[in-house]
Amino acid sequence: MATLWKRVVDGMRKTRAVFGEGLQQVFQRSGKIDDSFYEELEEVLLGADVGLETAVSLRERFQRRVREAGVSEPEEAREFLREVVTETLARAAANDAPERGSPHVILIVGVNGVGKTTSIGKLAWHYQQAGLRPLVVASDTYRAAALEQLSIWAERAGAELIRSKPGSDPAAVAYDGISAARARGCGVVLVDTAGRLQTNRNLMAELSKIHRVLGKAEPGAPHEVLLVLDATIGQNALSQASLFSEAVEVSGIVLAKLDGSARGGVILAIADRLGIPVRYVGLGETLEDLAEFDPETFARALLEPPGRDAQN
Amino acid sequence: MFEALAGRLEETFSRLRGRGKLSPENIRETLREVRRALLEADVNYKVARDFIRQVEGRALGVTVLRSLSPGQQLVKVVHEALVELLGGETAQLAESAEIPTRILFVGLQGSGKTTTVAKVAARLKKQGKVVLLGAVDVHRPAAVDQLQTLGSGIGAQVYAEPGERDAAGVARRGWEQARKLGADYYLVDTAGRLQIDEAMMAELAQVRAAVDPHQILLVVDGLTGQEAVAVSEAFHERLTLAGVVLTKMEGDGRGGAALSTRAATGVPILFVGTGEGIEALEPFHPAGMASRILGMGDVLALVERAQETVDLEEAAQLQTRLAKEEFTLEHFLRQMREVRKMGPLEDLIKLIPGLGGKALKNVAVGEKDIGRVEAIVLSMTLHERRRPEILNGSRRKRIARGSGTSVQEVNRLLRDFDQMRRMFGRLRKGGKLPNAFQGLS
Repeated sequence: MATLWKRVVDGMRKTRAVFGEGLQQVFQRSGKIDDSFYEELEEVLLGADVGLETAVSLRERFQRRVREAGVSEPEEAREFLREVVTETLARAAANDAPERGSPHVILIVGVNGVGKTTSIGKLAWHYQQAGLRPLVVASDTYRAAALEQLSIWAERAGAELIRSKPGSDPAAVAYDGISAARARGCGVVLVDTAGRLQTNRNLMAELSKIHRVLGKAEPGAPHEVLLVLDATIGQNALSQASLFSEAVEVSGIVLAKLDGSARGGVILAIADRLGIPVRYVGLGETLEDLAEFDPETFARALLEPPGRDAQN
Repeated sequence: MFEALAGRLEETFSRLRGRGKLSPENIRETLREVRRALLEADVNYKVARDFIRQVEGRALGVTVLRSLSPGQQLVKVVHEALVELLGGETAQLAESAEIPTRILFVGLQGSGKTTTVAKVAARLKKQGKVVLLGAVDVHRPAAVDQLQTLGSGIGAQVYAEPGERDAAGVARRGWEQARKLGADYYLVDTAGRLQIDEAMMAELAQVRAAVDPHQILLVVDGLTGQEAVAVSEAFHERLTLAGVVLTKMEGDGRGGAALSTRAATGVPILFVGTGEGIEALEPFHPAGMASRILGMGDVLALVERAQETVDLEEAAQLQTRLAKEEFTLEHFLRQMREVRKMGPLEDLIKLIPGLGGKALKNVAVGEKDIGRVEAIVLSMTLHERRRPEILNGSRRKRIARGSGTSVQEVNRLLRDFDQMRRMFGRLRKGGKLPNAFQGLS
């Protein structure tokens, strides 16, 4: 398997092309550092979906350091941006591994179309490789053909699958999933849920119910609740994180489709404002394209000029 | 949708109210806030920048400064510019003389293409059209199944060749099938990718060549951030879009993508997806949307939804009732039942002018709640329903017991009712909006 660095650089090709190029122009401009320099920097950040609040905060912290250091050449200030970006991303680092259950139950939630099912396929593969016999539970009993899609991914990943009839109670399916995992000796249970907008009260209540029922089926479950966010999303990420957390206490983020976005800066907004660790980042369409989040690597990938890939 | 932006703008403009005259400084300060609001709403930063420049130019004109109510004038300028940016007038679905009218739906994966195709089909079926759906997404696992399930739900035929990998071939044979059926419409669901890539575009170009569509519609996730511009530009460049459908707009997404796509491509937004149900698709009204952005509500959408679900006569009655002097718990109950047919109450409340979802933020009315409300109201005597002010503690206790609820719930209902009564009272007096917005509707 390719190194993490290589995969991240590959996956973030589009972001690096746009964001990296934008930064390049800012830092290689002629003349001394002045107000317009900071304004241009802020625009590049905004354009990468960093979001206004985070962009302003980054800019201010950066500006303070540049002033304190007495730097006046744009190119010399680059290092300070790397610092503030790395610090920001570090906020999203997972401090400790989640407590492991047996079976280890992971509930996967998110808005429609963000890439939940695909992410589950990749996670299943990840655990399969680790020798943990993953079991995938199809609790999305709502969307037409969700089951078919999930079973294709489960098969690819070599995971077992618990299914039920469309329209049946998702919480009941989740319960059955845990029983089945015990019976079959599976180490990890991945519970897929139907996509839902975070503002839909009834569907969020349904999610809480699934969460409760899992806890009844296995004390301590779910051990992790992963919220899948679409990397092309803008500032709605904040609302999604807070409303999903209200319903099910999200323990980590999976940032899906980062490879599809030229706006990877959203990861900065997520790190700065959500207060939830980023666990995984989706970087492509194959089973292996799921990277564990590492602040240093992603900071480097965001900031290093695109032309320097070859050296690594 | 859009409340957050509307809230911000309202806050901004409220500071302007009461000022006799605007200085260029005031205008700049306000427009900085407008820019901030637009950016927070995910409007592309370039689009926001251009918009602000344009408005600033207009606002600095003499009219504003010398006008008697500069605040109103500035709001008007911003509003007009927004309407312009959003597209001027309403756009329509194509209807060709030759049948079937062929419409191609394109977009990224997860944007809601397949669901949108089904929703548009349901809409056409309602108008009595015969519709054939073409399942041309040959890549995504289970896409064909999804369309077939949705199609059978609305009674539309689906043309599919499971297992076939040649998208253009399937599309073309579907067209033949549509001709044989004498279908009025042939709606083609295509494959999306996670990102724009050459292979997808090439395949879409082949599908286009195979069915020679009258319209190509781009389906865009309404929650998309800055990327909305790049996505819509790329599709437009290769395929020449006729319009855009914006999905997932029932949430609290601030919908900046609407402004971004429109500014980037110049093509109109036709529909807005507003829910999971198959009927949750609304025509896009630029003027209504701009009003909504400015916290002025979207009366057009409300009326339209009423017309679709309630029959016209009933809708008229509903409006009379809305405007009626006395609003009792009986009306409240009847209205709840009627309105329930129109969709989730929370959505409807958001459409009402002057409220922007703000005044009623704490009035949560889910489907289950409506059942309880019914029980509570039905446990009251007729007299109590007409004069809720007589409900003292012991009456409330009795009602709670009778309806199997608690006194707290009865109290909450009465509070909600009171709030609603006041709100309808406001509507009755000619939709009393915050001062700055008067004279704009």
